[in-house]
Amino acid sequence: MPAPIIKIDSISKSFGSFKVLDGLSMDVMPGEKLALIGPSGSGKTTILRILMTLERIDDGHIQIDGEQLYHVERDGRLLPADERHLTRMRQKIGMVFQLFNLFPHKCVLDNVTLAPMLTKGMPRAAAEKRAMELLDMVGMADKAKAMPAQLSGGQKQRVAIARALALSPKIMLFDEVTSALDPELVEEVLNVMRRLADETDMTMLLVTHEMGFAHDFADRILFFDRGRIVEEGKPDEIFRRPKQERTQAFLKKIIAAGHRV
Amino acid sequence: MNRFMINWSGYIGLILDGALVTIQLTLMGSALALVMAFLAGLGRLSRFFAVRALATAYIEFFRGTSIFVQLFWAYFVLPFFGISLTPLQAGILALGLNVGAYGAEVVRGAIKSVGREQYEACTALNLGRWQCMRHIILPQALLVMLPTFGNNAIELLKATAVVSLISLTDMTFQAQVVRAQTGNTLVPFTTILVLYFAMACVISWGVRGLERRMARGLDGVRV
Repeated sequence: MPAPIIKIDSISKSFGSFKVLDGLSMDVMPGEKLALIGPSGSGKTTILRILMTLERIDDGHIQIDGEQLYHVERDGRLLPADERHLTRMRQKIGMVFQLFNLFPHKCVLDNVTLAPMLTKGMPRAAAEKRAMELLDMVGMADKAKAMPAQLSGGQKQRVAIARALALSPKIMLFDEVTSALDPELVEEVLNVMRRLADETDMTMLLVTHEMGFAHDFADRILFFDRGRIVEEGKPDEIFRRPKQERTQAFLKKIIAAGHRV
Repeated sequence: MNRFMINWSGYIGLILDGALVTIQLTLMGSALALVMAFLAGLGRLSRFFAVRALATAYIEFFRGTSIFVQLFWAYFVLPFFGISLTPLQAGILALGLNVGAYGAEVVRGAIKSVGREQYEACTALNLGRWQCMRHIILPQALLVMLPTFGNNAIELLKATAVVSLISLTDMTFQAQVVRAQTGNTLVPFTTILVLYFAMACVISWGVRGLERRMARGLDGVRV
Protein backbone atom coordinates (compact mmCIF):
# COMPACT_ATOMS: atom_id res chain seq x y z
CA MET A 1 0.00 0.00 0.00
CA PRO A 2 1.47 3.35 -0.99
CA ALA A 3 2.14 6.06 1.58
CA PRO A 4 -0.43 8.82 1.96
CA ILE A 5 0.30 11.96 -0.06
CA ILE A 6 -1.29 14.10 2.65
CA LYS A 7 -0.90 13.15 6.28
CA ILE A 8 -2.61 15.44 8.77
CA ASP A 9 -1.65 14.70 12.33
CA SER A 10 -3.77 16.18 15.14
CA ILE A 11 -3.85 19.77 13.93
CA SER A 12 -5.70 22.55 15.74
CA LYS A 13 -6.65 25.98 14.56
CA SER A 14 -8.48 28.79 16.33
CA PHE A 15 -9.75 32.11 15.08
CA GLY A 16 -9.78 34.19 18.22
CA SER A 17 -11.68 32.17 20.79
CA PHE A 18 -13.39 30.05 18.14
CA LYS A 19 -11.73 26.69 17.73
CA VAL A 20 -12.26 25.72 14.10
CA LEU A 21 -10.17 22.56 14.09
CA ASP A 22 -9.58 20.53 17.20
CA GLY A 23 -6.95 17.82 17.01
CA LEU A 24 -7.92 16.74 13.51
CA SER A 25 -6.12 13.85 11.85
CA MET A 26 -6.68 12.44 8.38
CA ASP A 27 -4.80 10.84 5.51
CA VAL A 28 -5.27 11.21 1.80
CA MET A 29 -3.89 8.64 -0.62
CA PRO A 30 -2.19 9.59 -3.89
CA GLY A 31 -4.75 10.04 -6.65
CA GLU A 32 -7.63 9.94 -4.24
CA LYS A 33 -10.67 12.13 -4.89
CA LEU A 34 -11.97 13.34 -1.58
CA ALA A 35 -15.10 15.37 -0.87
CA LEU A 36 -15.40 17.32 2.37
CA ILE A 37 -18.98 18.06 3.31
CA GLY A 38 -20.67 19.51 6.36
CA PRO A 39 -22.37 22.62 7.71
CA SER A 40 -20.68 25.98 7.30
CA GLY A 41 -18.24 26.75 10.07
CA SER A 42 -17.38 23.08 10.41
CA GLY A 43 -13.79 23.67 9.37
CA LYS A 44 -13.72 22.04 5.94
CA THR A 45 -12.66 25.16 4.04
CA THR A 46 -10.10 25.90 6.75
CA ILE A 47 -8.43 22.58 6.03
CA LEU A 48 -7.98 23.50 2.38
CA ARG A 49 -6.70 26.94 3.33
CA ILE A 50 -4.22 25.42 5.75
CA LEU A 51 -2.97 22.99 3.09
CA MET A 52 -2.50 25.96 0.72
CA THR A 53 -0.62 27.82 3.51
CA LEU A 54 -3.22 30.59 3.54
CA GLU A 55 -3.77 29.92 7.24
CA ARG A 56 -1.24 28.62 9.73
CA ILE A 57 -1.88 25.84 12.23
CA ASP A 58 -1.67 26.41 15.96
CA ASP A 59 -0.72 22.84 16.73
CA GLY A 60 0.02 19.51 15.08
CA HIS A 61 1.85 18.44 11.93
CA ILE A 62 1.13 18.04 8.25
CA GLN A 63 3.10 15.96 5.79
CA ILE A 64 2.77 16.44 2.07
CA ASP A 65 4.36 13.86 -0.18
CA GLY A 66 6.51 12.59 2.68
CA GLU A 67 7.75 16.02 3.75
CA GLN A 68 6.69 18.27 6.60
CA LEU A 69 4.66 21.24 5.37
CA TYR A 70 5.04 23.66 8.26
CA HIS A 71 8.22 22.27 9.79
CA VAL A 72 11.75 21.50 8.81
CA GLU A 73 13.77 18.81 10.46
CA ARG A 74 17.07 19.89 11.92
CA ASP A 75 19.16 17.70 14.22
CA GLY A 76 16.18 15.43 14.78
CA ARG A 77 13.97 18.28 15.90
CA LEU A 78 11.09 19.87 14.04
CA LEU A 79 11.45 23.62 13.67
CA PRO A 80 8.98 26.04 12.10
CA ALA A 81 9.46 26.24 8.35
CA ASP A 82 10.72 29.41 6.68
CA GLU A 83 9.29 31.02 3.58
CA ARG A 84 11.74 29.20 1.32
CA HIS A 85 10.54 25.83 2.53
CA LEU A 86 6.91 26.88 2.11
CA THR A 87 7.63 28.06 -1.43
CA ARG A 88 9.07 24.66 -2.28
CA MET A 89 6.16 22.84 -0.69
CA ARG A 90 3.55 24.97 -2.45
CA GLN A 91 4.78 23.68 -5.81
CA LYS A 92 2.97 20.45 -5.02
CA ILE A 93 -0.38 22.12 -4.35
CA GLY A 94 -2.84 24.15 -6.38
CA MET A 95 -6.11 25.75 -5.33
CA VAL A 96 -9.29 26.96 -6.98
CA PHE A 97 -11.35 29.49 -5.04
CA GLN A 98 -15.04 30.06 -4.59
CA LEU A 99 -14.79 33.57 -6.06
CA PHE A 100 -12.28 32.62 -8.80
CA ASN A 101 -9.73 35.26 -7.74
CA LEU A 102 -8.63 35.86 -11.32
CA PHE A 103 -6.33 38.81 -11.90
CA PRO A 104 -8.73 41.40 -13.37
CA HIS A 105 -6.01 43.45 -15.09
CA LYS A 106 -4.66 40.52 -17.07
CA CYS A 107 -6.25 38.72 -19.99
CA VAL A 108 -7.21 35.06 -19.71
CA LEU A 109 -3.99 33.85 -21.31
CA ASP A 110 -1.80 36.03 -19.07
CA ASN A 111 -3.67 34.81 -16.01
CA VAL A 112 -2.61 31.29 -16.92
CA THR A 113 0.96 31.97 -18.07
CA LEU A 114 2.00 34.37 -15.30
CA ALA A 115 2.85 31.89 -12.55
CA PRO A 116 4.72 29.34 -14.71
CA MET A 117 6.83 32.16 -16.17
CA LEU A 118 7.55 33.78 -12.81
CA THR A 119 7.93 30.78 -10.56
CA LYS A 120 9.37 28.20 -12.93
CA GLY A 121 11.18 30.51 -15.31
CA MET A 122 9.26 29.00 -18.21
CA PRO A 123 9.86 30.90 -21.48
CA ARG A 124 6.81 32.79 -22.70
CA ALA A 125 6.35 30.64 -25.82
CA ALA A 126 6.35 27.40 -23.84
CA ALA A 127 4.09 28.85 -21.15
CA GLU A 128 1.61 30.05 -23.79
CA LYS A 129 1.61 26.73 -25.59
CA ARG A 130 0.87 24.91 -22.34
CA ALA A 131 -1.71 27.51 -21.35
CA MET A 132 -3.54 27.11 -24.65
CA GLU A 133 -3.65 23.33 -24.16
CA LEU A 134 -5.15 23.81 -20.70
CA LEU A 135 -7.58 26.49 -21.88
CA ASP A 136 -8.61 24.12 -24.65
CA MET A 137 -9.21 21.40 -22.08
CA VAL A 138 -11.51 23.66 -20.06
CA GLY A 139 -13.18 24.92 -23.23
CA MET A 140 -11.86 28.46 -22.97
CA ALA A 141 -9.27 28.56 -25.77
CA ASP A 142 -11.37 30.96 -27.84
CA LYS A 143 -11.42 33.44 -24.95
CA ALA A 144 -7.66 33.52 -24.45
CA LYS A 145 -7.47 37.24 -25.20
CA ALA A 146 -10.61 38.21 -23.23
CA MET A 147 -10.41 40.08 -19.97
CA PRO A 148 -11.90 38.37 -16.88
CA ALA A 149 -14.62 41.03 -16.59
CA GLN A 150 -16.00 39.93 -19.95
CA LEU A 151 -16.56 36.36 -18.78
CA SER A 152 -19.45 34.67 -17.02
CA GLY A 153 -18.88 33.14 -13.61
CA GLY A 154 -18.63 29.64 -15.04
CA GLN A 155 -16.09 30.78 -17.62
CA LYS A 156 -14.06 32.55 -14.95
CA GLN A 157 -13.97 29.44 -12.84
CA ARG A 158 -12.85 27.32 -15.76
CA VAL A 159 -10.01 29.77 -16.39
CA ALA A 160 -9.13 29.63 -12.71
CA ILE A 161 -8.90 25.85 -12.94
CA ALA A 162 -6.62 26.10 -15.98
CA ARG A 163 -4.51 28.66 -14.12
CA ALA A 164 -4.02 26.32 -11.16
CA LEU A 165 -3.26 23.37 -13.46
CA ALA A 166 -0.57 25.33 -15.28
CA LEU A 167 1.78 24.74 -12.36
CA SER A 168 1.19 20.96 -12.60
CA PRO A 169 0.46 20.42 -8.91
CA LYS A 170 0.19 16.93 -7.48
CA ILE A 171 -2.69 17.99 -5.27
CA MET A 172 -5.60 20.21 -6.27
CA LEU A 173 -7.86 21.89 -3.74
CA PHE A 174 -11.33 23.02 -4.80
CA ASP A 175 -13.01 25.34 -2.33
CA GLU A 176 -16.74 25.54 -3.04
CA VAL A 177 -15.92 26.27 -6.65
CA THR A 178 -19.55 26.31 -7.80
CA SER A 179 -21.14 28.08 -4.84
CA ALA A 180 -20.93 31.54 -6.39
CA LEU A 181 -22.28 30.46 -9.77
CA ASP A 182 -25.73 30.86 -11.25
CA PRO A 183 -27.41 27.42 -11.32
CA GLU A 184 -27.23 27.09 -15.09
CA LEU A 185 -23.45 27.66 -15.03
CA VAL A 186 -22.64 25.03 -12.41
CA GLU A 187 -22.65 22.10 -14.80
CA GLU A 188 -19.96 23.45 -17.15
CA VAL A 189 -17.54 23.72 -14.22
CA LEU A 190 -18.44 20.31 -12.84
CA ASN A 191 -17.88 18.78 -16.29
CA VAL A 192 -14.34 20.14 -16.35
CA MET A 193 -13.71 18.65 -12.93
CA ARG A 194 -15.12 15.29 -13.98
CA ARG A 195 -12.77 15.27 -16.95
CA LEU A 196 -9.89 16.16 -14.68
CA ALA A 197 -10.74 13.32 -12.34
CA ASP A 198 -11.01 10.86 -15.24
CA GLU A 199 -7.95 11.90 -17.19
CA THR A 200 -5.39 12.66 -14.48
CA ASP A 201 -4.10 10.92 -11.41
CA MET A 202 -4.02 14.16 -9.43
CA THR A 203 -5.08 14.02 -5.83
CA MET A 204 -8.18 16.17 -5.49
CA LEU A 205 -9.77 17.59 -2.37
CA LEU A 206 -13.14 19.17 -2.78
CA VAL A 207 -15.23 21.21 -0.40
CA THR A 208 -18.73 21.36 -1.78
CA HIS A 209 -22.44 21.67 -1.17
CA GLU A 210 -23.20 19.88 -4.44
CA MET A 211 -24.05 16.54 -2.90
CA GLY A 212 -24.92 14.90 -6.20
CA PHE A 213 -21.57 15.83 -7.62
CA ALA A 214 -19.73 14.77 -4.48
CA HIS A 215 -21.44 11.39 -4.73
CA ASP A 216 -20.38 10.81 -8.35
CA PHE A 217 -16.97 12.39 -8.12
CA ALA A 218 -15.45 11.29 -4.86
CA ASP A 219 -13.81 8.04 -3.82
CA ARG A 220 -14.44 8.95 -0.22
CA ILE A 221 -16.63 11.43 1.63
CA LEU A 222 -15.72 13.10 4.90
CA PHE A 223 -18.53 14.61 6.90
CA PHE A 224 -17.35 17.43 9.14
CA ASP A 225 -18.98 19.06 12.08
CA ARG A 226 -17.44 21.46 14.57
CA GLY A 227 -13.88 20.86 13.46
CA ARG A 228 -14.03 17.09 13.62
CA ILE A 229 -14.67 14.28 11.18
CA VAL A 230 -17.98 12.87 12.31
CA GLU A 231 -18.25 10.20 9.67
CA GLU A 232 -16.37 9.03 6.62
CA GLY A 233 -16.86 6.41 4.00
CA LYS A 234 -17.67 5.61 0.41
CA PRO A 235 -20.24 7.95 -1.17
CA ASP A 236 -23.01 5.36 -1.06
CA GLU A 237 -22.39 4.63 2.60
CA ILE A 238 -22.52 8.30 3.56
CA PHE A 239 -25.40 9.37 1.36
CA ARG A 240 -27.60 6.25 1.42
CA ARG A 241 -26.82 4.77 4.82
CA PRO A 242 -25.40 7.44 7.10
CA LYS A 243 -24.69 6.00 10.53
CA GLN A 244 -24.30 9.12 12.59
CA GLU A 245 -27.26 11.17 13.67
CA ARG A 246 -25.58 14.44 12.79
CA THR A 247 -24.83 13.23 9.27
CA GLN A 248 -28.44 12.19 8.83
CA ALA A 249 -29.69 15.54 10.11
CA PHE A 250 -27.33 17.45 7.83
CA LEU A 251 -28.27 15.48 4.72
CA LYS A 252 -31.94 15.86 5.49
CA LYS A 253 -31.53 19.61 5.77
CA ILE A 254 -29.56 19.79 2.53
CA ILE A 255 -32.17 17.79 0.65
CA ALA A 256 -34.93 19.95 2.11
CA ALA A 257 -33.04 22.97 0.80
CA GLY A 258 -33.43 21.59 -2.70
CA HIS A 259 -30.02 20.04 -3.33
CA ARG A 260 -30.21 16.76 -5.08
CA VAL A 261 -28.31 13.71 -3.86
CA MET B 1 -1.06 107.76 -20.63
CA ASN B 2 2.44 106.50 -20.06
CA ARG B 3 1.18 103.34 -18.43
CA PHE B 4 -0.48 102.24 -21.68
CA MET B 5 2.71 102.77 -23.63
CA ILE B 6 4.49 99.88 -21.87
CA ASN B 7 6.03 97.45 -24.30
CA TRP B 8 4.51 94.27 -22.89
CA SER B 9 6.18 91.76 -25.16
CA GLY B 10 9.48 91.90 -23.25
CA TYR B 11 7.73 91.52 -19.93
CA ILE B 12 5.57 88.65 -21.15
CA GLY B 13 8.77 86.99 -22.34
CA LEU B 14 10.10 87.35 -18.80
CA ILE B 15 7.01 85.65 -17.42
CA LEU B 16 7.30 82.87 -19.98
CA ASP B 17 10.91 82.32 -18.86
CA GLY B 18 9.47 81.96 -15.37
CA ALA B 19 6.87 79.54 -16.68
CA LEU B 20 9.65 77.25 -17.87
CA VAL B 21 11.14 77.27 -14.36
CA THR B 22 7.72 76.49 -12.91
CA ILE B 23 7.26 73.59 -15.34
CA GLN B 24 10.72 72.31 -14.55
CA LEU B 25 10.03 72.49 -10.81
CA THR B 26 6.68 70.76 -11.23
CA LEU B 27 8.06 67.92 -13.34
CA MET B 28 11.14 67.27 -11.23
CA GLY B 29 9.30 67.84 -7.96
CA SER B 30 6.60 65.39 -9.09
CA ALA B 31 9.21 62.84 -10.07
CA LEU B 32 10.83 63.05 -6.64
CA ALA B 33 7.39 63.03 -4.97
CA LEU B 34 6.45 59.89 -6.90
CA VAL B 35 9.61 58.08 -5.84
CA MET B 36 9.15 59.15 -2.22
CA ALA B 37 5.47 58.23 -2.29
CA PHE B 38 6.24 54.66 -3.36
CA LEU B 39 9.22 54.28 -1.05
CA ALA B 40 7.36 55.55 2.01
CA GLY B 41 4.01 54.03 1.04
CA LEU B 42 5.52 50.57 0.59
CA GLY B 43 7.71 51.21 3.62
CA ARG B 44 4.65 51.67 5.78
CA LEU B 45 3.45 48.23 4.74
CA SER B 46 6.80 46.60 5.40
CA ARG B 47 7.21 43.53 7.58
CA PHE B 48 10.08 45.23 9.37
CA PHE B 49 9.34 47.57 12.22
CA ALA B 50 12.34 49.81 11.56
CA VAL B 51 11.25 50.40 7.96
CA ARG B 52 7.67 51.12 9.01
CA ALA B 53 8.88 53.52 11.72
CA LEU B 54 11.15 55.36 9.30
CA ALA B 55 8.42 55.71 6.70
CA THR B 56 5.88 56.86 9.28
CA ALA B 57 8.31 59.42 10.71
CA TYR B 58 8.96 60.83 7.24
CA ILE B 59 5.28 61.03 6.36
CA GLU B 60 4.19 62.61 9.64
CA PHE B 61 7.05 65.09 9.68
CA PHE B 62 6.59 66.37 6.14
CA ARG B 63 2.81 66.48 6.37
CA GLY B 64 2.97 68.17 9.75
CA THR B 65 5.27 71.06 8.90
CA SER B 66 4.69 73.77 6.36
CA ILE B 67 6.22 73.63 2.91
CA PHE B 68 7.37 77.20 3.44
CA VAL B 69 9.44 76.23 6.49
CA GLN B 70 10.76 73.13 4.74
CA LEU B 71 11.89 75.22 1.81
CA PHE B 72 13.74 77.69 4.04
CA TRP B 73 15.34 74.81 5.84
CA ALA B 74 16.51 73.24 2.60
CA TYR B 75 17.94 76.50 1.31
CA PHE B 76 19.11 78.47 4.35
CA VAL B 77 19.69 75.91 7.13
CA LEU B 78 21.19 72.93 5.32
CA PRO B 79 24.32 74.94 4.39
CA PHE B 80 25.15 75.01 8.11
CA PHE B 81 25.42 71.23 7.90
CA GLY B 82 27.71 71.52 4.92
CA ILE B 83 25.01 70.88 2.30
CA SER B 84 24.61 73.81 -0.05
CA LEU B 85 21.88 73.55 -2.63
CA THR B 86 21.05 75.80 -5.54
CA PRO B 87 17.60 77.41 -5.27
CA LEU B 88 16.31 74.97 -7.89
CA GLN B 89 17.65 71.95 -6.02
CA ALA B 90 16.25 73.23 -2.73
CA GLY B 91 12.90 73.86 -4.39
CA ILE B 92 12.70 70.40 -5.94
CA LEU B 93 13.80 68.80 -2.68
CA ALA B 94 11.24 70.61 -0.52
CA LEU B 95 8.38 70.17 -2.98
CA GLY B 96 9.17 66.53 -3.71
CA LEU B 97 9.54 65.54 -0.07
CA ASN B 98 6.44 67.45 1.00
CA VAL B 99 4.10 66.17 -1.70
CA GLY B 100 5.71 62.73 -1.53
CA ALA B 101 4.57 62.44 2.08
CA TYR B 102 0.96 62.97 1.01
CA GLY B 103 1.45 60.61 -1.92
CA ALA B 104 2.76 57.90 0.40
CA GLU B 105 -0.59 57.73 2.12
CA VAL B 106 -2.26 57.49 -1.29
CA VAL B 107 0.01 54.58 -2.22
CA ARG B 108 -0.64 52.83 1.07
CA GLY B 109 -4.40 53.32 0.85
CA ALA B 110 -4.54 52.13 -2.75
CA ILE B 111 -2.52 49.00 -1.99
CA LYS B 112 -4.79 48.29 0.96
CA SER B 113 -7.82 48.65 -1.28
CA VAL B 114 -6.82 45.61 -3.35
CA GLY B 115 -8.73 42.69 -1.92
CA ARG B 116 -7.21 39.95 0.19
CA GLU B 117 -8.31 37.39 -2.39
CA GLN B 118 -5.74 38.72 -4.84
CA TYR B 119 -2.96 38.05 -2.34
CA GLU B 120 -4.37 34.59 -1.73
CA ALA B 121 -4.38 33.85 -5.44
CA CYS B 122 -0.71 34.88 -5.48
CA THR B 123 0.09 32.53 -2.61
CA ALA B 124 -1.79 29.69 -4.28
CA LEU B 125 0.22 30.32 -7.46
CA ASN B 126 3.38 30.41 -5.38
CA LEU B 127 4.39 33.94 -6.39
CA GLY B 128 6.88 35.61 -4.09
CA ARG B 129 5.97 38.68 -2.08
CA TRP B 130 7.63 41.04 -4.48
CA GLN B 131 6.34 39.24 -7.59
CA CYS B 132 2.83 39.51 -6.18
CA MET B 133 3.28 43.20 -5.40
CA ARG B 134 4.89 44.02 -8.73
CA HIS B 135 2.65 42.02 -11.09
CA ILE B 136 -0.68 41.79 -9.30
CA ILE B 137 -1.19 44.32 -6.52
CA LEU B 138 0.58 47.46 -7.78
CA PRO B 139 -0.94 47.45 -11.28
CA GLN B 140 -4.41 47.34 -9.72
CA ALA B 141 -3.54 49.82 -6.99
CA LEU B 142 -2.06 52.24 -9.51
CA LEU B 143 -5.47 52.78 -11.02
CA VAL B 144 -6.82 53.71 -7.60
CA MET B 145 -3.90 56.06 -6.97
CA LEU B 146 -4.07 57.94 -10.26
CA PRO B 147 -6.88 60.45 -9.58
CA THR B 148 -5.36 61.46 -6.25
CA PHE B 149 -1.90 61.62 -7.79
CA GLY B 150 -3.40 64.07 -10.28
CA ASN B 151 -4.64 66.17 -7.39
CA ASN B 152 -1.25 66.03 -5.72
CA ALA B 153 0.52 67.08 -8.91
CA ILE B 154 -1.75 70.12 -9.20
CA GLU B 155 -1.12 70.94 -5.54
CA LEU B 156 2.57 70.69 -6.25
CA LEU B 157 2.28 72.96 -9.27
CA LYS B 158 0.61 75.63 -7.20
CA ALA B 159 3.05 75.18 -4.33
CA THR B 160 5.94 75.96 -6.68
CA ALA B 161 5.06 79.63 -6.18
CA VAL B 162 6.71 79.57 -2.76
CA VAL B 163 10.13 79.09 -4.33
CA SER B 164 10.02 82.70 -5.42
CA LEU B 165 10.80 83.41 -1.75
CA ILE B 166 14.27 81.91 -2.12
CA SER B 167 14.91 84.04 -5.20
CA LEU B 168 14.18 81.31 -7.73
CA THR B 169 12.91 83.02 -10.88
CA ASP B 170 9.73 81.04 -11.33
CA MET B 171 6.53 82.38 -12.82
CA THR B 172 5.36 84.11 -9.64
CA PHE B 173 8.77 85.68 -9.05
CA GLN B 174 8.82 87.08 -12.59
CA ALA B 175 5.31 88.44 -12.21
CA GLN B 176 6.47 90.34 -9.15
CA VAL B 177 9.46 91.67 -11.08
CA VAL B 178 7.19 92.86 -13.86
CA ARG B 179 4.83 94.42 -11.33
CA ALA B 180 7.71 96.26 -9.63
CA GLN B 181 9.09 97.54 -12.93
CA THR B 182 5.82 98.58 -14.56
CA GLY B 183 3.68 99.38 -11.56
CA ASN B 184 1.00 97.26 -13.21
CA THR B 185 -0.47 94.32 -11.28
CA LEU B 186 -3.37 93.39 -13.52
CA VAL B 187 -1.45 92.26 -16.60
CA PRO B 188 1.33 90.14 -15.03
CA PHE B 189 -0.91 88.50 -12.46
CA THR B 190 -3.70 87.80 -14.92
CA THR B 191 -1.11 86.27 -17.23
CA ILE B 192 0.23 83.91 -14.59
CA LEU B 193 -3.30 83.14 -13.39
CA VAL B 194 -4.13 81.91 -16.87
CA LEU B 195 -0.82 80.07 -17.19
CA TYR B 196 -1.19 78.26 -13.85
CA PHE B 197 -4.70 77.28 -14.81
CA ALA B 198 -3.59 76.04 -18.22
CA MET B 199 -0.84 73.93 -16.66
CA ALA B 200 -3.27 72.47 -14.13
CA CYS B 201 -5.62 71.59 -17.00
CA VAL B 202 -2.82 69.79 -18.82
CA ILE B 203 -2.15 67.72 -15.68
CA SER B 204 -5.86 66.93 -15.27
CA TRP B 205 -6.25 65.82 -18.86
CA GLY B 206 -3.07 63.83 -18.78
CA VAL B 207 -4.09 61.95 -15.67
CA ARG B 208 -7.60 61.33 -16.94
CA GLY B 209 -6.21 59.98 -20.21
CA LEU B 210 -3.87 57.68 -18.34
CA GLU B 211 -6.73 56.50 -16.17
CA ARG B 212 -8.83 55.68 -19.20
CA ARG B 213 -5.97 53.75 -20.76
CA MET B 214 -5.29 51.76 -17.65
CA ALA B 215 -8.92 50.97 -16.90
CA ARG B 216 -9.35 49.48 -20.35
CA GLY B 217 -10.85 46.01 -20.11
CA LEU B 218 -11.25 46.07 -16.36
CA ASP B 219 -14.99 46.70 -16.37
CA GLY B 220 -15.80 44.33 -19.21
CA VAL B 221 -17.27 47.06 -21.38
CA ARG B 222 -14.31 48.69 -23.05
CA VAL B 223 -11.72 46.52 -24.71
